[in-house]
Amino acid sequence: MNVPMVRAEGVRKQFGRLEVLKGIDLTVEQGQVCCLLGPSGSGKSTFLRCINHLEKVDGGKLTVGGELVGYRRHGDTLHELREKEVAERRRDIGMVFQRFNLFPHMTALDNVTEAPVRVRGVSRTQAREEAHELLRRVGLADRAGHFPAQLSGGQQQRVAIARALAMKPKLMLFDEPTSALDPELVGDVLDVMRALAADGMTMVVVTHEIGFAREVGDTAVFMDEGVVVEAGDPRRVLTEPEQERTRAFLSKVL
Amino acid sequence: MTDVTAPLKTTRSGPAPQELKVVPVRHWGRWIAIVVALTALVGLAGSLAKNDNLHWDVVGNYLFAGLIFDGLATTLWLTAAAMALGLTLGTVIAVMRLSTSPVLYGLATLFVWVFRGTPLLVQIIFWGYAAALYQYLKIGIPFTDITFFQVETNSLLTPPVAALLALGLNEAAYASEIVRAGIQSVDRGQTEAAHSLGMGPALTMRRIVLPQAMRVIIPPMGNETINMLKMTALVSVISAHDLMSNIQDVYAQNYQVIPMLVVASIWYLALVTLLGIPQAWLERRYGRGSSTQGQASPLRRMLGFATGGSTLRPGRKGAA
Repeated sequence: MNVPMVRAEGVRKQFGRLEVLKGIDLTVEQGQVCCLLGPSGSGKSTFLRCINHLEKVDGGKLTVGGELVGYRRHGDTLHELREKEVAERRRDIGMVFQRFNLFPHMTALDNVTEAPVRVRGVSRTQAREEAHELLRRVGLADRAGHFPAQLSGGQQQRVAIARALAMKPKLMLFDEPTSALDPELVGDVLDVMRALAADGMTMVVVTHEIGFAREVGDTAVFMDEGVVVEAGDPRRVLTEPEQERTRAFLSKVL
Repeated sequence: MTDVTAPLKTTRSGPAPQELKVVPVRHWGRWIAIVVALTALVGLAGSLAKNDNLHWDVVGNYLFAGLIFDGLATTLWLTAAAMALGLTLGTVIAVMRLSTSPVLYGLATLFVWVFRGTPLLVQIIFWGYAAALYQYLKIGIPFTDITFFQVETNSLLTPPVAALLALGLNEAAYASEIVRAGIQSVDRGQTEAAHSLGMGPALTMRRIVLPQAMRVIIPPMGNETINMLKMTALVSVISAHDLMSNIQDVYAQNYQVIPMLVVASIWYLALVTLLGIPQAWLERRYGRGSSTQGQASPLRRMLGFATGGSTLRPGRKGAA
């Protein structure tokens, strides 16, 4: 049981000639909340997307729950996974996007039940029951029949969290979940994430919410230009950082 | 704009704003255009009604003739089958064109190039005379004499089947472009969200991407269907027994060309009008979840305009 949930060793990624990740080393233990911070273009979102194979890693080693992302090991050879196998691995990893990406042609309830029914093969009645319970947990019990366009940004993001949770993931990835929200709607989403962390969910969160990272995070990782500049206890990293680069960033966002 | 209060003060002396008489803009030019257009229309209708060469009695005799209904039935199933073939094959070709495999992309592009690049009339005649190219159709192993199945081309490719192939394959080329545009109009985040939920590529396409692409696909496909209904008239060149073929058969015997063409036009117009109903329904069905309001139907627009209701045409207000 002591396998780290996420383990990255020298993870590299490039888009064409542009090197976005230049060797990331990072470990997220089970039940931990890891917050990735840094200026835009630092590679934190790309790294997050590598974890569930939305981006293909170009070098280094990245494992989730002990299994290599995107590959199957057979003795000394690595076999690239078929799309179907990649999809199977992704079932256990929930992801929440900056721009929500709810399915606009489905109601909130259908957004939540779609994957459990179609992917996990859960019966429709059971999926609906669980979806109602999840929507209640994120404070949207009365919005089940609404389409995404009829919901505020904050409500949409909470539906998106419920949708990800419906697959009963072991790991949740958050890609700047509050960056597209009006300031007064941020609180509701952060409350849901706080409750999730308290339940013991393993979470990797790319965020600009320093307060959230300090309060909820078990580790804070500061990234810049494709490398990890500084990582550790958020109360230390975010209040008395050792690196000049971290200090400069924090002085701008705080 | 710094001194806003000064002009306000000077108007204070007049009556209160609610007592002022409001004169809307008079569109004199528009009224003149209406009178001219209506006069022309009434004149044309009158001259047609009085023209003996039109032979309304012949039109009346043939409008509900059995031969016409036979042709209508063929036209209708040909339209439906060709559209079904075109849409199905077109979707496959659209997905091939979006594939990362250069071979699949190349084959799909070649298909579209050939079937969009040659006249439909040529394709129809080509399929109609395919027996001149291959006398027998065989299923076997290529480059050997082993044959599992063999049939005479003419017995398989009857005129209606040839017509269906010609129309369906031609439609597939056009439909594939429409479907491709529809698929590409769906935000990439939708695919990523579906993938992150563990949905595979096929499931994502079927449940997430295509239903959203439908909103973009349906209006042009409605036009394609209407076009197809009318293009079926072209298959009369290979005597596929559609409405136009039968109309031609009749006027080849009684020489009443114009009245028979009026019969054909009445039926094509009626069918095209009927086709508008399922299209409107489909657009509403796949428009779910989008905030854009449905447009008022043309009929309501016309009636609204006749009674001077300008609320149905909000776009014109700003321009006037």
